[in-house]
Order: sequence, then structure tokens, then C-alpha cells
Amino acid sequence: MWRLRKVYMDHGAGMPLDSRVFEAMKPYFMEYYGNPSSSYSSGNIAKEALAASREKVAQLVAAENSREIIFTSGGTESNNLAIKGVAYRNREKGNHIITTAVEHISVINICKFLQKQGFEVTYVPVDKQGVVDLEKVEAAIKDKTILISVMYANGEIGTIQPISEIGKLAQENSIIFHVDAVAAAGKVPINVKEENIGLLSISSNDMYGPKGVGALYIKKGTKTQPIIQGGGQETGLRSGTENVPGIVGMGKAAELAKKEMESEGKRLTGLRDKLITGVLDTIDYSFLNGHPTERLPNNANLRFSYIEGESLILGLDMHGIQVSSGSACTSKTLEPSHVLLAIGLAHEEAHGSLVFTMGKQNMEEDVDYVLEVLPDVVKRLRALSPLTPKEILR
Amino acid sequence: MYSEKVMDHFMKPRNVGEIPDADGVGTVGNPVCGDLMTMYIKVKDNKLVDIKFKTFGCGAAIATSSMTTELAMGKTIEEAMKITRANVAENLGGLPPIKMHCSNLAADALHEAIKDYQKKKEAKK
Ligand code: FES
Repeated sequence: MWRLRKVYMDHGAGMPLDSRVFEAMKPYFMEYYGNPSSSYSSGNIAKEALAASREKVAQLVAAENSREIIFTSGGTESNNLAIKGVAYRNREKGNHIITTAVEHISVINICKFLQKQGFEVTYVPVDKQGVVDLEKVEAAIKDKTILISVMYANGEIGTIQPISEIGKLAQENSIIFHVDAVAAAGKVPINVKEENIGLLSISSNDMYGPKGVGALYIKKGTKTQPIIQGGGQETGLRSGTENVPGIVGMGKAAELAKKEMESEGKRLTGLRDKLITGVLDTIDYSFLNGHPTERLPNNANLRFSYIEGESLILGLDMHGIQVSSGSACTSKTLEPSHVLLAIGLAHEEAHGSLVFTMGKQNMEEDVDYVLEVLPDVVKRLRALSPLTPKEILR
Repeated sequence: MYSEKVMDHFMKPRNVGEIPDADGVGTVGNPVCGDLMTMYIKVKDNKLVDIKFKTFGCGAAIATSSMTTELAMGKTIEEAMKITRANVAENLGGLPPIKMHCSNLAADALHEAIKDYQKKKEAKK
């Protein structure tokens, strides 16, 4: 029987706002609109709200002092401030940066930009499951290395990196360590002190906060400099009048994430594994991309031979299911996802990848529904494909 | 992002399949994104009496293949050779600019199939 359910499983691309976050933000639009830099009372209210949010974000990542948190306009800006700030400020010490082949496109493009300015960048490869090889990171270190930048977890294939180990390595070699935790923050516990992290990028929307807000943790004493000049807000590291409602929202989102991470993480891991096993068991020639266990609780990246991701997305959308893909046909550049290529997939394999990123409102019934719909969509597209071997069509 | 026409052809593609005893077969790969398309034709009295396709590609690639077979069906060889990607896209109610290259694929595969047919015919003479 035909039934249409709405199943949104693209939380990696965008998350709804948590209603409790929305409630927390509301007064800061029309009531407490004062500028935190002003001395009168409504300015003070805003200033206190900023301080409270800073504290909540600090607690989420176990920062020692809330002054180590700088608010930005989002994950991309945090990555820019972290990498460029450290690179420019430490130019005299060296010009070498180590990162990985699977970083978020913002990190890759920042590094490419710096390469044009005379910085040297090593992109350390990953294994088939997307894990960075520690030995290769170590081998890449030179006298001139000033920064190591590795993501906490990959938002596309879900793989979580050995961050503490890399942090230790960086510390032993007195190299600044930046971690892009946009995909991980709020989903897995992060401890910047124990993991020897120097800078850590977070985004608000990736934990049910508003879009357009992010934060950068900068460990006290880290040599860096601003990339935006202006009135000296955020201890001079990020000028511009603060986005007070947004920051309040991010603070609330961080508080909720910290409180609910454990139970929600368990719940999502259950759904994730049900989806993964369900697909692998019922659809021939389907595979899991990324690490089977060291992965984000809400991420399932699956690949289907002989078919293409955009047509899979369209086929699922007709049934109310919204997901994304790393296929060349869905990208602006018409290149397959660099992450899928980095884990060793051929172009046509990368083509057939689907990314499911689940969230709070996804229930077990949603997974059941996907498992009910997906095999038929795959089958239909395989029947259309010249690559499909005859024997699997029956 | 796609027109209703495109979605219709994507959901219900016309003339999918293979023709085992085809008079001409054309396979082209999309150099832009790496996709693949094969067209099979059957020719009688210089007219395309049957066309079938198989496509490995995005929604636009599937819809343009389907539309191309519809446009070419019953046409003479000469008429079919004149079908362009612009015709195909237009008949689908337009395509997003980034997807125009996919419609190339369909017209090219058809033209390749016709050339294959002509080559075979020459060889028989
Ligand atoms: S076939 Fe790849 S974009 Fe259309």
C-alpha cells in the first residue's frame, strides 16, 4: 500500500532548532537588544548572556576557562581563524602544516589558500575506513611544522580519529594542534585538556542550535592572531558586534547536548546499527563506508554498486526520505567527494554512496520505513543501469 | 530543482532495456562526471522502429535518455541525427545549467548507435 512518511536523515547538512533553544533565544531579539559593549543595563544583560553561553560551551568541551572560547559565525569561520591565525602568527617559526586528506572542504581550501602564500602543507592519507595513520603523521613532522590540523570525526563517513594520540604527538613535538570538531561536538564527549587540543572548532547548528554561529576554543597561551580587524570584541580575536541571540542559542544547545549526549548517543547508535545491518543484509552489493564502530552515533554511509547517488536521492525523496550523497553528480564541481576518493573508492563506487545522518526526531519506525523503501529504489535503478550484472537483477 | 517533466521521465522512464539483436549500439561515458549510457536501435526502411536505453547516472541523465528515445522513435536516420541536447532539454521543460552536460550524453549515445548501424550496413555491402 502507498503511504508517505516524512523521514529527514540529512542532519549533517542542516539540523532543526531545538524548541528549548528557540525559547532561550527569543528575549534577545526584541527585549534585550542592547550591545554587550555598552555600559547601561540592557548592555549588561547582553554581556551576562554572552558570559553564560561561553561558560556552557566551555563545559561542553571541558575547557579550563570560559575565556578560552571565542564566538564566530560558524564552523567555517572557526576553521579559518584557527588555521590562518596560527599560520600567520607563527610564520617566523616555520611554514609547514600537517592535515589529512579527509578534512572538511573548508580546511582543505584554507590550506590550499595558504599554500599559495608560501606555506607547505602535507595531506596525510587515511586507511580504507578513513582512519588517519599515526605513524604517517609522525613521519610528516619537520622542524618547520607549526600546526597539525585533524578533524575529530568525519561528517560524511562518520569515522572518528585517534585525537588523543595525535594530540600527544603534537605536544611532544611542541606543535600547535587544531581539531575541527564541527561534526563531532555534542555527539561524542570531547575533552580538550585530556586530548591535548590547542584549538577546537565547533558549530552551533550541528547541535540543534541556530545557523550562523560557531565557536573556537583557543587554549590559553596559544600563539595566534585575528583574521578580522575591528572593534576588538572577543578579546580582540573576533571583532564585530556579537550575535547575541545566536550565541545564547548556541549556549543553550551546548548545555542540552552535554546533558543528553549519553542517552541520545546510545539511542542513535542503536538506530544507526539497525539501519546498517538491515541494508547490508537485504541489499546485495551494498557496503558500509567508514569505520564500523569508531564512528559518529548518527552516521551511516552506505554504498550501492552499479547505481548513482543523485538518482537514489530522487528516488527516496519520492517516498519522503531525505538524505545526501557523495556522488559526483550531486556536487557543484562534478567531482566525487574527496573523502570517498581518499578511502580508496573508485569514481563509480563513490557514485553510489548515500549518507544517512540521523537526529533527535528520528524514531525506529523511520529506520523501518527506510529499510522497507530502499531495496525497491535500488532495484529499480539497477534495472536501468548498464553496469548491473544480469544475474543480480532477478 | 527539476521540472515536473524531468521527474516524470525519471520515475517512469520510457524504453528502458536492451535489444539483443539491435541494428546499432552506442555507448558513451560522461567525461564530466564519469557516468555511462548505452542506446540500442532497431532500423527498418531507414526509420528507427525501436530504441532502448540503459543509464548509469543522475536523475537528469535518466530523464534525458528517456526523452531522447521518445523524440527519436519513428524518426528517419537523418532526422534522428539532428536531435541535439538543446531539443532534449527543451522537451523536458528545461534543465538546471549544471545538468546540461547530462543531456549531451543521451544525444551522443543515440548518434553513436546510428553510426554503428551505418558502419555495419556499409560492411555488409
Ligand atoms: S550523469 Fe552525472 S551529473 Fe548527470
